[in-house]
Amino acid sequence: MILEGKVWRYGDNIDTDVIIPARYLNTSDPQELAAHCMEDIDASFAANVRQGDIMVAGKNFGCGSSREHAPIAIQASGIACIIADSFARIFYRNAINIGLPIIELGKDAERIGSGDSVRVDLQAGIISNKTSGEEFKIQPLPGFIRDIAQAGGLINYVRGGKA
Amino acid sequence: MAMTMTEKILARGAGLDSVTPGQLIKCRLDLVLANDITGPPAIQEFAKIGRPVFDPAKIALVPDHFTPNKDIKSAEMAKAVREFAARHGIVNYFEVGRMGIEHVLLPEVGLVAPGEIIIGADSHTCTYGALGAFATGVGSTDLAAAMATGETWFKVPSGIKVNLRGKPPRWVGGKDIILTLIGMIGVDGARYQSLEFAGEGVAALTMADRLTIANMAIEAGGKNGIFPVDEVTLKYLEGRVERPFTVVTADDDAVYEREIEIDLSALTPVVALPHLPENVKAVNTLPEITIDQVVIGSCTNGRIEDLAQAAEVFAHGGVHPRVRAIIIPGTQQVYLEAMQRGYIETFIKAGAVVSTPTCGPCLGGYMGILAAGERAVSTTNRNFRGRMGHVDSEVYLAGPAVAAASAICGRIASPEEVLA
Ligand code: SF4
Repeated sequence: MILEGKVWRYGDNIDTDVIIPARYLNTSDPQELAAHCMEDIDASFAANVRQGDIMVAGKNFGCGSSREHAPIAIQASGIACIIADSFARIFYRNAINIGLPIIELGKDAERIGSGDSVRVDLQAGIISNKTSGEEFKIQPLPGFIRDIAQAGGLINYVRGGKA
Repeated sequence: MAMTMTEKILARGAGLDSVTPGQLIKCRLDLVLANDITGPPAIQEFAKIGRPVFDPAKIALVPDHFTPNKDIKSAEMAKAVREFAARHGIVNYFEVGRMGIEHVLLPEVGLVAPGEIIIGADSHTCTYGALGAFATGVGSTDLAAAMATGETWFKVPSGIKVNLRGKPPRWVGGKDIILTLIGMIGVDGARYQSLEFAGEGVAALTMADRLTIANMAIEAGGKNGIFPVDEVTLKYLEGRVERPFTVVTADDDAVYEREIEIDLSALTPVVALPHLPENVKAVNTLPEITIDQVVIGSCTNGRIEDLAQAAEVFAHGGVHPRVRAIIIPGTQQVYLEAMQRGYIETFIKAGAVVSTPTCGPCLGGYMGILAAGERAVSTTNRNFRGRMGHVDSEVYLAGPAVAAASAICGRIASPEEVLA
């Protein structure tokens, strides 16, 4: 799968309360959640994000509450994939489980900036920053985490009789 | 092969002789938990799988976040959980009136025992490590799959050993200990890792202290926090847990990625300043910080021991005229006991409000939302931007004694100032 889009760049320790504040958690409708995604730190995000854009962040992305509403809101907003230095573990699981591509890139995530144009080749395991001309290698997902991702998420995986 | 406590429990759950950090395993589960926010999406996903629940006695559903229902939408969510529970014969569904904050409630009613493996669609599920269980938070889809299959996958975490020694001074509690640790290692200091508490200092901690400490393992990024099982644990389990359980101990030569020493006798009351739990400062080093609201409660500090501390402080003074103080017993049982011991009367006479158990203000849900520019001292576990209300409000995390003293003084204060 090849993903290509403009980058929305955020910093370290972006928590799930910022991704989708609890005041909107009285629904789990993806579109309603997407309308408020990131609004407490970036009021322009929900209105301007385009289908296929890519989110890039620093360390510990998605820390805090286990609300799956956070990756759901990001996915429904049109974001095709999240690249971060590192992810908080529950967020990581949740993203894999709902079939949202997620890439732990380590320190190199710093080398992708806001507004950059980025191409992600998930099969070949390569991220190209077309704005800077740099390329980064993606570590392949291990064992059945890859199987879950390839099934398009955990529910498909379980329905396929794999668990 | 030598293993940590976490590794041993996970190996048993996976049916393996041993496991090593980084290994991906599938484990059978002893209990799976959801609440009124995470339950409805899990129920939707569960329906897609098309299987019955794996065991109606091993699922706990606790509507605690927006209940008693705060609005129509949250009423619909609570209804979805209630109807699911009825349809599938879920034994441990807790209706309003018997409900409490999930992580105070489940240990209290004996749903957690040492050596068990528990996942909950709530990040503070790690609380149950206080009883020597392996417990961790997951999302709704993980929970949906677990409700159908009774198992889930884990990456075996590497361990951080936290050696505790000494006895905490008066007014230093579990909250001060865990905040001090998070201040030392940072909010991602234990990311993907297990925090294993050990050392002679453990014996000096009450079960409430341990539950508070394990509760906030997630605030250091940890997968779980876990305590050894000792006399304090066994005493707590008496009359609560009838089923057989296995006490697991770490091997003496278990390998940890890191070891941290904490001398409990050297600690002082602390607060975590906005907007991260790692911004920890000793209360007596702070400049004057005036406040608008105090919240005492939550899965972190909503137990009877916490209310006892708060009552002791409030017996020495009323709530400052500029401050709103909200006190929320963690469960109906805690509420009842606080009433029998006279704490509720102390709180009301001091000018605080006392609420039925709910998560309410902790997550900025309802009942105690902050306006722009307002500051709260809260015994909860997260002080992220906007967590308790307006994006320009501030949350200072503290233990119940500091919170009560601050309510009286109208600024962040230590209990010694009030009791002096
Ligand atoms: S009290 Fe707060 S942290 Fe605990 S379960 Fe409720 S919302 Fe979550």
